Amino acid sequence: MTDSAHREMWEKLDLDLEAHNALLEVLGKFYGDIYMSQQNRLQGAEYLDFVLSEIHGLRIKELREAQAEGRKVVGTFCVFVPEEITLAADAVHVGLCAGAEAGTELAEQLVPRNTCALIKSFIGFKMAKLCPYTESCDMIVGETTCDGKKKAYEAFNEIAPTYIMEVPQTKTGAARALWKSEVLRYLAEIEKLTGRTITPEKLKQGIRTVNAKRQALQRLTALRAANPAPISGRDALLVNQISFYDDPARFTAKINELCDELEKRIEAKDGIAPAKTPRLLLSGCPMAVPNWKLPYVVESAGAVIVGEESCIGTRNTRDLVDESGETMDEMIDALVDRYLRIDCACFTPNSERLDNVAELAKATHADGVIHYSLLFCQPYSHEALKVDKTLAAEGIPMLSIETDYSMEDVEQLKTRVEAFVETLA
Amino acid sequence: MIVGLDIGSRSIELVGMKNRVVVRAERVPTTFDPLSQCGKLLEGLRPDILVGTGYGRNLIERLALNCECTVITEIKAHALGAGHLFPEAATVLDIGGQDTKAIALSNGKAVKFEMNDRCAAGTGKFLEYTAGVFQIPIEEFGQYALKGENPPEISSICTVFAETEATSLMARGEQPESIALGLHKAIIKRTVNMLNRVGLRLPLVFSGGVANNPCVRSLLASAIDARENEGLLIPDSPDMVGALGAALHRANS
Repeated sequence: MTDSAHREMWEKLDLDLEAHNALLEVLGKFYGDIYMSQQNRLQGAEYLDFVLSEIHGLRIKELREAQAEGRKVVGTFCVFVPEEITLAADAVHVGLCAGAEAGTELAEQLVPRNTCALIKSFIGFKMAKLCPYTESCDMIVGETTCDGKKKAYEAFNEIAPTYIMEVPQTKTGAARALWKSEVLRYLAEIEKLTGRTITPEKLKQGIRTVNAKRQALQRLTALRAANPAPISGRDALLVNQISFYDDPARFTAKINELCDELEKRIEAKDGIAPAKTPRLLLSGCPMAVPNWKLPYVVESAGAVIVGEESCIGTRNTRDLVDESGETMDEMIDALVDRYLRIDCACFTPNSERLDNVAELAKATHADGVIHYSLLFCQPYSHEALKVDKTLAAEGIPMLSIETDYSMEDVEQLKTRVEAFVETLA
Repeated sequence: MIVGLDIGSRSIELVGMKNRVVVRAERVPTTFDPLSQCGKLLEGLRPDILVGTGYGRNLIERLALNCECTVITEIKAHALGAGHLFPEAATVLDIGGQDTKAIALSNGKAVKFEMNDRCAAGTGKFLEYTAGVFQIPIEEFGQYALKGENPPEISSICTVFAETEATSLMARGEQPESIALGLHKAIIKRTVNMLNRVGLRLPLVFSGGVANNPCVRSLLASAIDARENEGLLIPDSPDMVGALGAALHRANS
């Protein structure tokens, strides 16, 4: 991953080359330990390995080539930013780096110490000049999901101009009206940025592209219900992580190929772990690339992860946009409705998430659920208690984990997770 | 012989069993070289099966013993050990050198547990550290604290801040015994919270080295509306329960 071929490009992006090389080296080693050590992995994982190895290389080169053709790059932090609209203006939609401990000390100059690791990470990546995505963006979009992010964008805006979408906190009629006006405001902003008019045809194409991507991921989710589990949770998480920055059409094709391979495996009763392996569902906060800490701990404890109920998981893929709309108005309404179905913990109430977690646990034949909250993430920490109650009523055991990106608690996490797995046996 | 080895942060315990009967039980401090300490405990023993548990459980792979080696977590080990000593046990509390665990049992199996995460607040280490402030050996700290009256409220269970708080209480002229009692009460408050989170049911078995402390025992008993031997059950050698459970893991199968 320390390919010097990209050095010139990183220089142009004004990255801190030395620190960036060090980051890629750590990432490469981390990836080797966690991913390349897996036995009986899928052939389709070659795509994952390649994309990940070029995460800061070829993909950035593609973004720059798109820009040379006059297309714009839009960077986001949240599944609420409608990719369909970005694509309808021929712009590129990417998720920004927020999954590794980087530039923490710098970030703590802009946000309080007791801010979640994800927020500190994206600010740290920017301040330490480590994220080629952030540096490649023509527009960065933030959103008012939790208080931590909302206030962090105010500070972030001072170092990287950030457009903010107001995500409502309830799902009332008035909230829907607000959200619709925000979707329309985003559409106008994207048109202004790109100098292109979003026609109904273009929007329809955008909706189809993103629906196809989500359908491929839905297919993957459904195949993971098989026993023995045909794919490791680590690899499935990586698929979801990559969905945020690879080209959507290429990604969709590759993931469908991977699903074809999975179907054959399932037919042959071949799995990544024996059939009696305890199956666990992860639920809670998003795990942005390269946050593989908990999945690695879980799968090293003799369990297999069969689903991710998170923004980098089913929260992003469960719902499709209704494609029956023909006029601009109908399509915008379909988009607004689809995005308001997202069961983010920033909503009050958010009882549909409780049903969704229980349903997913049953659909994936999970023996238990591990609820994951980032330290200082109030919305998900609150909901951990509610999810626990809901699952207890369904007779599904749950372990609640609160952690961050640092490695200092790995031993304690191992003990908890191993003990949880022991209780399931 | 089946050997259970509980490699904790402060001490290492060994229990050897033959035909489900304990034939050997020994304990050494962990020190900075736990591997050699394990070697000492195992000297002259030829286990058929070795079961490791505790914080350093994975060290057993490096002991290069010519026998089957396996590991279980300390949660499972304490559940097994406590359930063996007291078949009626409904909940287990283990306070060790650097962590506290509350375990709910059902038919002798751990079904729900809580433990402190990255901070060792309110554990054996806390007592050891604060006993040092009073210049009292850890073994006598509980007796000392029992002499206290009207203990001041210690609001911090952070080892470092609790020391600061204790020091300023001394400067205010509070009786040191009472301050010591206050420190013990702070641990109990936190421990009972943890017990409640797993749905405390009596009888409660209290294991781990801290169960040797008479002040912790007595405060815990009144906090959970129990008495020693009535609701609150304390093994004769509370620090050996983990190693016993580890041995039982294979002795039972």
